[in-house]
Amino acid sequence: MAIDIPRIPLGGGIEDGLNFLTSHYSVVTRGISRVTQSGITVLNEGLMWLPEWALMAIIALICWRVANLRLGIGAVLGLALIWNLGLWDPMIETLTLVVIATVVAVVIAMPVGVLAAMSDRFYSVIMPVLDFMQTMPAFVYLIPAIPFFGIGSVSAIFATVIFSMPPAIRFTTLGIRQVPKDLIEAADAFGATRSQKLIKIQFPLSLSTVMAGINQTIMLALSMVVIAAMIGADGLGSEVWRAIQRLRPGDGFEAGIAVVILAMLLDRITQALRKPKKKTS
Amino acid sequence: MTETDETNIKIQVRGLSKVFGSQPKKALELRNQGKKRPEILEKTGQTLGLSNIDFDVREGELLVIMGLSGSGKSTLIRCLNRLIEPTEGDIVIDGQNIPKLSEKELLECRRRHFSMVFQNFALFPHKTVQENAEYGLEVRGVEKASRVESARNSLKQVGLDGWEDAYPSQLSGGMQQRVGLARALANDATVMLMDEAFSALDPLIRKDMQQELIELQHRMKKTTIFITHDLDEAISIGDRIILLKDGEVVQSGTPEEILTRPADDYVARFVEGVDMSRILTANSALRPVRATARDSDGPRTVLRKMSDNGLDSIYVVGRDRTLMGIVSVDDVDAAAKAGKDTVSELIQNDFPKAGPDEPMNNLFAMFNDKSYPIAIVDDNQRLLGVVVKGAVLEQLAEAGEH
Ligand SMILES: Nc1ncnc2c1ncn2[C@@H]1O[C@H](COP(=O)(O)OP(=O)(O)O)[C@@H](O)[C@H]1O
Ligand SMILES: [Mg+2]
Repeated sequence: MAIDIPRIPLGGGIEDGLNFLTSHYSVVTRGISRVTQSGITVLNEGLMWLPEWALMAIIALICWRVANLRLGIGAVLGLALIWNLGLWDPMIETLTLVVIATVVAVVIAMPVGVLAAMSDRFYSVIMPVLDFMQTMPAFVYLIPAIPFFGIGSVSAIFATVIFSMPPAIRFTTLGIRQVPKDLIEAADAFGATRSQKLIKIQFPLSLSTVMAGINQTIMLALSMVVIAAMIGADGLGSEVWRAIQRLRPGDGFEAGIAVVILAMLLDRITQALRKPKKKTS
Repeated sequence: MTETDETNIKIQVRGLSKVFGSQPKKALELRNQGKKRPEILEKTGQTLGLSNIDFDVREGELLVIMGLSGSGKSTLIRCLNRLIEPTEGDIVIDGQNIPKLSEKELLECRRRHFSMVFQNFALFPHKTVQENAEYGLEVRGVEKASRVESARNSLKQVGLDGWEDAYPSQLSGGMQQRVGLARALANDATVMLMDEAFSALDPLIRKDMQQELIELQHRMKKTTIFITHDLDEAISIGDRIILLKDGEVVQSGTPEEILTRPADDYVARFVEGVDMSRILTANSALRPVRATARDSDGPRTVLRKMSDNGLDSIYVVGRDRTLMGIVSVDDVDAAAKAGKDTVSELIQNDFPKAGPDEPMNNLFAMFNDKSYPIAIVDDNQRLLGVVVKGAVLEQLAEAGEH
């Protein structure tokens, strides 16, 4: 016996909502779009303006300073391979998208994370939202991005920010919450205000955890930026995408390897930043 | 306990209670019906952390709050600066009633009046020793130059000069707690709160720190509230001790008062195993002098006094009972036979003498071969009484039985 239950128009409702937003807030979305686009252009052109060898040297130097000489050499070899494969420009485009998406995600995530650490109520509201954001398949975010921002890099960044933000929020909250209670008590005992505690004690002590979150955010952003080639984002992703469409696995793998190299560099650098600076004793 | 009126009261605690749980009213109602902590917990699920605590903290004293684990010591000390909100009661410091202060006034009050030393040090691991010591001043917004100076000074006080740039993790436990102490001292708050500050340290280091605290305290006259579960520690550092049990005060007084007159079995059990000879003083074995001679007395009068009281030596005192010396029956007898009219030339001074606060174990060594008792005199050399060997032994034996 089959009971005929009417289908709940979930998808329709969401579409109506999106339509409403796009038609009524187009001023906002267009503004965001313009700002983001010019950010992308400036960063992109700046990085492209540098000769390849100069950027390689800079990145290698950063690797050496924050981590060790080995990573510096690795960076040179990896970037040289990308250059040699003719993937330098797409690599820069991808890097630009990752950097901008990460910056936006972190800027939003920090205050949200702090708030969730301070307020139990906000925590219990935000955590399921984060679960939702993270478990939703990544490219679902691409679809609503298009009506807001059209095909291209801005949509890619929008989707990437949403997709990559949760770990930054989570780890910020975690980092602040795991500051030992007795240290907070000590700060209280000496009459510290809430913001004195946050700035001088909680934040410095959660820095390593926050950096772990940022590291994850960067990794997620990179993966999303590659997928975002489907909605017209430039970069290594579009190389892969093109290789798929033309059935050229070799090209696809080359671009894939470039993504891996970029991922490893970004990962190692942020990992190294996590560790506290050498102490002078 | 003798209340000396001239000492100023720094903090006055009256009717302080703390209930942990969501229905404090219920718990306090039961408390008012005479129910105790375990029963209240069983009936309401509320923990009666503190119940109706009254005490005063005097300006410049080192007050020890002692009790077994769970007796409410930490709760009590944290109610003072409201790290824990008291449920009812008054805590008045310099005319301010702390439980009634607004958030802002409370911050101000904590900065001005309280600094705190913690059992597990609670040093900030990302700050250097110097920065840790500066913390209280930093919070107050004291400018860098002067807070650097204060912090340096207090680090010097605790013997840590040269370690300013180290991080806490590079120091041993004892040194870390010195940083904790320096952080509290640099702040120059009027009251120092120390919650089991030395309990996490090795016994030897702990003894050192106790000694240093006593010296610091004598030097700086800082009002200090020190918490411990260790009676030995309480006795060796405390000017006064308050004993806590199940959130109530069971006894308060000087170390000696607590030791010699435990208020109940709980205190008595605490007192067990303490090295009493270190604690007991001449006062607790003091006996009145049966008879004294005046320096103006003639030999026959003195002989009479001695034979009436069965003495073969007698103390000679001046007009206001100042002790002048001792005369023996043989000398007085000879003087009487020789027809002398005063004993003043016979006065000897080879007898032991001590103040009323002299520890018992020192007294023991003072008995000399002539088996004179020890004369106990006050600061003005007035004769208060004597301590005889038997009484010392008796006290020590009694102490051993506890
Ligand atoms: N936050 C709290 N919630 C519930 N009960 C508490 C809390 N803090 C302390 N207590 C209880 O209050 C009593 C006194 O604790 P505490 O003051 O820490 O004792 P002490 O420092 O003397 O060992 C204990 O029974 C403890 O379990
Ligand atoms: Mg405690």
